[in-house]
Amino acid sequence: MVVEQVSVFVENKPGRLSKVTKILGEAGINIRALSIAELGEFGVIRLIVDKPHEAKAVLTNSGFTVGVNRVLAIEMGDEPGSLARIASALGDAGVNIDYAYAFVARAKERAVLIARVDDIKRAEEVLSREGIRLLSAEELQSL
Amino acid sequence: MVVNMFEPEIETMPVKELRELQLERLKATVRYCYENVPFYRKKFKEAQLRPEDIRSLEDLAKIPFTVKDDLRDHYPYGILAKPLKEVVRFHSSSGTTGIPTVVGYTRKDISTWARLMARGLATAGVTGDDIVQVAYGYGLFTGGLGFHYGCEELGAATIPAGGGITPTKRQIQILKDMHSTVLCCTPSYALYLAEEARKEGVDPERDFSLRIGIFGAEPWSEATRKKIERALNLRAHDVYGLSEIWGPGVGMECEEREGLHVWSDHFIMEVIDPESGEVLEPGEKGELVFTTLTREAMPLLRYRSRDISVVDEEPCACGRTHPRMLRVLGRSDDMLIIRGVNVFPSQVEHVLMRIPGIGDNYQIIVDRDILDVLRVKVEVTPEVFSDRLAELEALRRRVEEELAAVLNVGAKVELVEPGTIPRTPGKAQRVVDLRKGKI
Repeated sequence: MVVEQVSVFVENKPGRLSKVTKILGEAGINIRALSIAELGEFGVIRLIVDKPHEAKAVLTNSGFTVGVNRVLAIEMGDEPGSLARIASALGDAGVNIDYAYAFVARAKERAVLIARVDDIKRAEEVLSREGIRLLSAEELQSL
Repeated sequence: MVVNMFEPEIETMPVKELRELQLERLKATVRYCYENVPFYRKKFKEAQLRPEDIRSLEDLAKIPFTVKDDLRDHYPYGILAKPLKEVVRFHSSSGTTGIPTVVGYTRKDISTWARLMARGLATAGVTGDDIVQVAYGYGLFTGGLGFHYGCEELGAATIPAGGGITPTKRQIQILKDMHSTVLCCTPSYALYLAEEARKEGVDPERDFSLRIGIFGAEPWSEATRKKIERALNLRAHDVYGLSEIWGPGVGMECEEREGLHVWSDHFIMEVIDPESGEVLEPGEKGELVFTTLTREAMPLLRYRSRDISVVDEEPCACGRTHPRMLRVLGRSDDMLIIRGVNVFPSQVEHVLMRIPGIGDNYQIIVDRDILDVLRVKVEVTPEVFSDRLAELEALRRRVEEELAAVLNVGAKVELVEPGTIPRTPGKAQRVVDLRKGKI
């Protein structure tokens, strides 16, 4: 089970995040999770939103370069050691995490790890064997 | 294959006869300049030269060069060989220095220019059956009117859709509704048109009827040609001209597209070393120098174009006997000296164009820290975008490496958002030199 993540190319300068989020806000798109990665003069804003394809369309129309790609939304308990459990399960199976970011859900004792991995199929197998749940796009929105 | 020619007899005249014609016209032009333009008389006297000293084409090298500053120094009318009452038109180009150059035309000059352009258009394959959309600027700039008169002379249906005045949306509508078969504009505007058309949901292949494009007025590369041809579904030809010498029409690519024919019955073309002024052999890279042979209002002797190219005198497969200049490699004015290395913006463009997915738009910024710094801004398109920073960084490094290999000097590549680099219908502002005023 995968979810779609929107990523946006931005120059590393003031006002870019504000512009991206303002466009999404005006289009009535809700942001569930977000991470910003930067390298020198440029960066990538990655977003989990309720309507990824609409988000791509409105951002593209505003001149941004936008991609939509598949990531895993991994459920974890909001307690010590739960991230380590996921990371070691994937690591032991030889699945590489390209990048990841986490957020705590409103419902207590629950957190979500958004991860891009190099082998989605293998990651799904390993996590399900470990009894770790993956969330669907709908579940993410209802958290 | 039947080659489309406007004046086949002169276009295929044996080289020996062309040379004889050139010598005869050169002698007349030299005398005409000497007798009618005080500026030239003074130049000849300073060089201790008389018109009768020019007895062969080789003697041309004895005549001092004419440069753009000479035209500025005699602004606005000082270099005319005819009284103002015989002048029927002026064009003018503004320089970066503030003083424009003014070029005058007699009635005969206008008709000679129209015939030259008609010959050039036919050389590119245009016929009287074509519908030609002229999207060069009409006005002081020679592009619009130059093409316009040439198209009418050829008998083509001419649409004066002047670039810069006619909005791009309207250009697209004309291309679509009036089924223009030939498009004439700058190469950067052609790419812009294609991009805007797609944004509006117009598919050039399906919705346009273009078959030929004639692009000039700014340097462009073979890679840009392929890009334009794919984007607009046409065959792209390069055109060459200088506003000081009529305008467009000096050179045009034939069907072979291995250089632009420069018409020997109207011009003598030389290549010189831009530093020493020494005449170079055909095949050597240098600055093009033109002597006009048929102009009335403003004949020019050995006019330095500042354009860097190579001349090819080998026979062309199209059957035309007139020599060819290769596409302009750059302007000696545009040449950037970065840490002592000569860099032409066209070299940067060439590298960028062969990397798939790199935007059509780029900008070169030269600055000085302690040493010169060359920065190249490149737009990130969806084609090369990745959500992984490592891939973006690898792309950035790749462009840097390829630039360094071609330029022999390091450049810092910056990835920027699309639309950050200004796009203009006219000549693109590709180079920003911030060193001016810095020691």
